[in-house]
Amino acid sequence: MIRALVARLRQKHRTLAYPAVVPELPDRWRCRPVIAPDLCVDGCRACADVCPTGAILAGGTPPRIDLGRCLFCPECAAACPAGAISYSRDHRMATRERGDLIVGDELRLARALDDAALRVFGRSLQLRQVSAGGCNGCEADVNVLSTIVFDLARFGVQFVASPRHADGLLITGPVTRNMETALRKTWEAVPTPRLVIAVGACAISGGPYLGHPETLDGAAAVVPVDLHVPGCPPHPLTILDGILRLLDKLPPT
Amino acid sequence: MMPIANGGRISLREVPQLPVERFREEIVAAVGRGGRLCAFFGRPAGDGTLLLALLSSGETSGLAAVSARVGDAYPALTPDCPQAHWFEREIHESCGVTPEGHPWLKPVRFPRGDVGTADFYRVEGPEIHEVAVGPVHAGIIEPGHFRFQCHGERVLHLEISLGYQHRGVERGLVGGPDRRTMPYLETLAGDTSIGHASAGALVIEALAGLPAPPRADALRGVALELERLANHTGDLGALAGDIGFLPTAAFCGRLRGDFLNLTATLCGSRFGRGLVRPGGVLFDLDPARADDMKARLADTLRDVTAATGLLWETATVLSRFEETGIVTPAACAELGLVGPPARACGLERDVRYEQPCGIYRFRQIPVSTWPTGDVLARANVRALEIQRSAEFVDALIGALPEGPLRAPTGALAPDSLAVALVEGWRGEICHAAVTDDRGRFAAYRIVDPSCHNWTALALAMRGQEISDFPLCNKSFNLSYCGHDL
Repeated sequence: MIRALVARLRQKHRTLAYPAVVPELPDRWRCRPVIAPDLCVDGCRACADVCPTGAILAGGTPPRIDLGRCLFCPECAAACPAGAISYSRDHRMATRERGDLIVGDELRLARALDDAALRVFGRSLQLRQVSAGGCNGCEADVNVLSTIVFDLARFGVQFVASPRHADGLLITGPVTRNMETALRKTWEAVPTPRLVIAVGACAISGGPYLGHPETLDGAAAVVPVDLHVPGCPPHPLTILDGILRLLDKLPPT
Repeated sequence: MMPIANGGRISLREVPQLPVERFREEIVAAVGRGGRLCAFFGRPAGDGTLLLALLSSGETSGLAAVSARVGDAYPALTPDCPQAHWFEREIHESCGVTPEGHPWLKPVRFPRGDVGTADFYRVEGPEIHEVAVGPVHAGIIEPGHFRFQCHGERVLHLEISLGYQHRGVERGLVGGPDRRTMPYLETLAGDTSIGHASAGALVIEALAGLPAPPRADALRGVALELERLANHTGDLGALAGDIGFLPTAAFCGRLRGDFLNLTATLCGSRFGRGLVRPGGVLFDLDPARADDMKARLADTLRDVTAATGLLWETATVLSRFEETGIVTPAACAELGLVGPPARACGLERDVRYEQPCGIYRFRQIPVSTWPTGDVLARANVRALEIQRSAEFVDALIGALPEGPLRAPTGALAPDSLAVALVEGWRGEICHAAVTDDRGRFAAYRIVDPSCHNWTALALAMRGQEISDFPLCNKSFNLSYCGHDL
């Protein structure tokens, strides 16, 4: 017992001061990709040609990027002959609408739920997580939110074991055909009103499995999605930012 | 049989094609001498199926390849070679060939739907009851279906039915390499991105005949061991959580993330995505970054050692770990287990030692074993490996070989077979690729260590209390998506 207490003291207090203080991400971290319009060359398709998921859309200079498909891999930035594409370290990327993830120069971040919904979910949001073809990357970084570092429960958000106890689902994975029924049944078991949060490129668009007949290209094929959190996987901070935006719990910037 | 090195390539014409009886005898004899099936799969060939097996000998490094052409059926290997059981079920499911005499051709991945619809092994009797769990589980984990045949609290047998995660990875890889190849490899089991990406890169480099430069080999080694450190640390914490020992559970949850953040410092992704590419790696480690990583590694290792040390000095923890979920050495040998579950049966089975490739040819890493085959053994092997991997990373990032990060890969050899083994944190990862006459992937087969080891979890549960399932399960922590592909 004494040893456990000594160990506890030596491990120190580790919970982030977020959202009051936003922690700095590693310098090579790849968050929202940005294109410098003055550097991008008309008619050049070098970035789009190497993109594994077709996230860089045709037409327009600079092209628009679909963050819902983006795997945040280093290929486009390496391929651009003009050095016009780079990744920012801005972790904020979650949106309410799928279409808002297709961005040019401005990203419309998720707005809060309306007042009626906030009265229901604002103080306590219990989520059931469903992995439907997820690779355990998104699952792992969703799990991290419940560690002492992020301490999700201090925001009134918790993951629960049964959909009957839940206010909504947090879905990862492209939704395999083999998980379609299980996902639908889990959603039906959540009492209304209910929310759905899609985390990661797979759950938003199918990600690397986009177009595979074995999958359904994301959660929206089965259930209505209220919040999209892009990434492959998203940083835990990106997921937390999205949830707190939805619940109107971020301090005004 | 035709020898093939780990990270090697041979022409398809060199693979001996034997009559199926001799094919069967050769494999059964090789496994009887201590060999092991690393991969065994079928491909369409004319109006039949070509079976291809890759074996490691257990005596010398390197593998051996052998093949046989069969029609609709052939005499199953499994009755004389139990470790073929999973492969033959997969061959039956994907090729429609019947291995005659296989005790139970249960579906593996349900690629044509009707997932979970199969005959389950049942124990009958008035006091027997069945507990069904999943595919959606209580925690934040991947889906799978478990059925326990119970007498009271005691589990007589556990049936494991997977396939819910099937995304068509192997099918998607055919025709490559292309721009989706590396994302497939990095996400087929996302907690093993470096392990699978490294195996895939080795296969492509073997087919191109151009190995990665030494500095890239070393950085892949750093990332592979960081992946092992993060997952072992997380799992030791989760084992503590499953028995309600919260200090270690809480500390390790944070510390796992510190290892992931070291990987992110190297390549900008906590899971190592974007680091490994055919021909080398995309990110370098300059001296300042290496020094920063060394200092943080030392801090994290100190805290992990303290956090996991609490386990071994707490009697209630030891009494829950000891003699729980035993896998016998005999079962381990018969099933051809790999990774920490095999080493927890006292076996020195480790690709880094038996089949060294890349940086492991020049820098050895001691094999960590424990003799008792129980949860305690699997936990101890993980704890020992944390120490060895941290020493390895610490030494390596201070002494990286000079030179380029990446070599050009060029065109792949046509009509060839290449194979790569990597010791991922769960055990032996095997990738095998067959190219067509234009040097594109005609077949790409992936054997995650979980394919060998899932049955061991079922055996470990026999005679256990059902409440020990989470603990036993976490002591293996097998991959669902790596199995289902």
